[in-house]
Amino acid sequence: MSAATQHADPAALTMSGAEVVLRALKEQGVEVIFGYPGGAVLPIYDAIFQQNAIRHILVRHEQAAVHAAEGYARSTGKVGCVLVTSGPGATNAVTGLVDALMDSIPVVCLTGQVPTHLIGNDAFQEADTTGITRPATKHNYLVKKSSDLARVVHEAFRVARTGRPGPVVIDLPKDILINKAPYTEAPPEDQPHRSYRPQTEPDMGQIRKAVALLKAAKRPVIYSGGGVINAGPHASELLRQFVHMTGFPCTNTLMGLGAFPASDPMFLGMLGMHGTYEANLAMHGCDVMLNIGARFDDRVTGKLSHFSPDSKKIHADIDPSSINKNVKVEVPIVGDAGRVLAALIAAWKDDATQPDKEALAGWWRQIDGWRAKDCLRYTQKGSIIKPQHAVKRLYEITRELGRETFITTEVGQHQMWAAQYFGFEKPNRWMTSGGLGTMGYGLPAAMGVQIAHPDALVIDIAGEASILMNIQEMGTLAQYRLPVKVFILNNEYMGMVRQWQELLHGGRYSESYSAALPDFVKLAESFHAVGLRATSADDLDRVIREMIAVDKPVIADIAVDQKENCFPMIPSGAAHNEMILGPDQEGNAALVTDEGKVLV
Amino acid sequence: MPDPNENALRAATIAVLVENEPGILARVVGLFSGRGYNIESLTVASVDAERRLSRITIVTTGTEMVIEQIKAQLDRLVPVHKVSDLTLEGPHLVRELALIKVIGTGDDRVEALRLADAFRARVVDATTESFVFEMTGNADKIDAFCALMQPIGLAEVSRTGAVAIARGGRTLAR
Repeated sequence: MSAATQHADPAALTMSGAEVVLRALKEQGVEVIFGYPGGAVLPIYDAIFQQNAIRHILVRHEQAAVHAAEGYARSTGKVGCVLVTSGPGATNAVTGLVDALMDSIPVVCLTGQVPTHLIGNDAFQEADTTGITRPATKHNYLVKKSSDLARVVHEAFRVARTGRPGPVVIDLPKDILINKAPYTEAPPEDQPHRSYRPQTEPDMGQIRKAVALLKAAKRPVIYSGGGVINAGPHASELLRQFVHMTGFPCTNTLMGLGAFPASDPMFLGMLGMHGTYEANLAMHGCDVMLNIGARFDDRVTGKLSHFSPDSKKIHADIDPSSINKNVKVEVPIVGDAGRVLAALIAAWKDDATQPDKEALAGWWRQIDGWRAKDCLRYTQKGSIIKPQHAVKRLYEITRELGRETFITTEVGQHQMWAAQYFGFEKPNRWMTSGGLGTMGYGLPAAMGVQIAHPDALVIDIAGEASILMNIQEMGTLAQYRLPVKVFILNNEYMGMVRQWQELLHGGRYSESYSAALPDFVKLAESFHAVGLRATSADDLDRVIREMIAVDKPVIADIAVDQKENCFPMIPSGAAHNEMILGPDQEGNAALVTDEGKVLV
Repeated sequence: MPDPNENALRAATIAVLVENEPGILARVVGLFSGRGYNIESLTVASVDAERRLSRITIVTTGTEMVIEQIKAQLDRLVPVHKVSDLTLEGPHLVRELALIKVIGTGDDRVEALRLADAFRARVVDATTESFVFEMTGNADKIDAFCALMQPIGLAEVSRTGAVAIARGGRTLAR
């Protein structure tokens, strides 16, 4: 029998359900909740009012609450916590939940619900929240008994945090929050759950097989993703050790940036659709591939049937369902990325075989040849600001200032330029919506990061279209004096949409022009923030420095070249070795088949 | 290396031991519809009241890679205790129960009873113009019986879908 029932003696019940929820959150280490009140969660808000241990941040839209919790989680490694009301509160949170699901971000979202006796009656602000969020979460709960309350909250945090992390919803009917409920402490970490037991320790036999393949490799590549970030900073440290120990080249996915230092000569840059020439050709031409904590996403593989055709593949992932999903691999390894790396390092040392140094040197010469293409080259001349230049200067100036810097982004061209031109030396400094590609992610995520790191420099690299999707959060920045910097690369287009229309749809720019834009300077001012604008290359550095120097939220509206496209690019449906390097090669996009066009 | 058999389809009978809790069936069904997997049949019932366990039997078809995906996706659902591919793991029994209504008069009734006898179907309801037969067996046997009954008055069929269990001492214990 569970501990909950032992404590169910009614005489011992002194706490309301809402108080039990807060106590459980506190026991789980929650310091901040991002939320928005409403009828069904008033009991929790009342309990929040009467305590000081947990801080509540009032957002302006529930989607932003989830993104803020994601930013908080990704920059700290802790579980982000969200509180929203029933009905529209819960449905507004759904985009954030799916975003967290796709990017494996630990979030616990408490949703209010109508009282149990009204569930199913189409009551005011009722929605089938567990039904709606079932495919939007790693797991969800509807608490129908007071005696389950504390146990469910503890379990939700365990599920969100362990294994492949993800969002968990707890739906809380109002009567459960008002009625007295027993409190039970969280079970010890080593007490196994009845059914949920993620495998974190890798199989040593598989590790030895992997090492044998790697030692014999002539053209190896190490490709790591968000799993290494999720495994904690120690895993990134181990990745660096392993790469240096082996002498192998390393590339990161969009989600994995920062796991390996961008300035390290063994780093090939990001791979994938807008990855570097050298990273993609190394993936294409390698003979042994080690994937740690990445999932062979279609943005990474390009045309699957032509993906890295001559390699033997090792795939380490904490989620067995990620292995052999898109790409068949020779050596699957299920486990936590940090533990896998530790095991690989130990097994590498134990295996007396010498790697083929000569072949490796030849492989590096080939990679250096690809690097010599200088695929991220651009020319900044004249007064029109190239967007790449804006990001590059932002990077160089923040580096020169030496402040702890965190970058979030929205989704589109600016996101890819940020990934390409902003170098990350450490994990947990880069927050972007990778899997779902959620426009409107960056500003609320930056809020969450700034709450967790009050003294750090937090910049949302944005586009003028994306930023409008959650612009209301400027109010939250003002209320909590969060000095987030919104750096808008304003090209007056939904740039990535325009780029695809140019390359694939005959330049018919259907609905991709950002008409009737607000005056971002005045908009900032109306939200009690500082508005800055750069319209010529000569203004850029001054605006960046002023933006950073102001100890207030800032919107910096950077007018950039409207026609600039994001290169290099693997056109949809093409293989890694069919990259377009720049505008002079845009004709190649004419080769995109209808089969390629159907891909997003 | 491309495997010539990698696109070959196979059937799989998968047994899943789950927490007996609200929403578990929706999670499993949602997984199949959301990811575009095929379900040929799905049965579920509580099998252990004390330990609050239910057992789901799913019959599906797919390539080897898809079936492996289905199993991995099922296994990562939080309330799932155990997933077992009975087809892959060795000899097993598959049974289905069907209730089959046949309406007719005269010689058709005699023929219906004769066929039922041959198929070991039991009469569980009878009126002057109808029978309801109960039969168990694998899906092929029930299909064959229904096909034979078609010309002599098959009126309605209700089937449970497959339930399955491994032969011998192997169990699905967690």
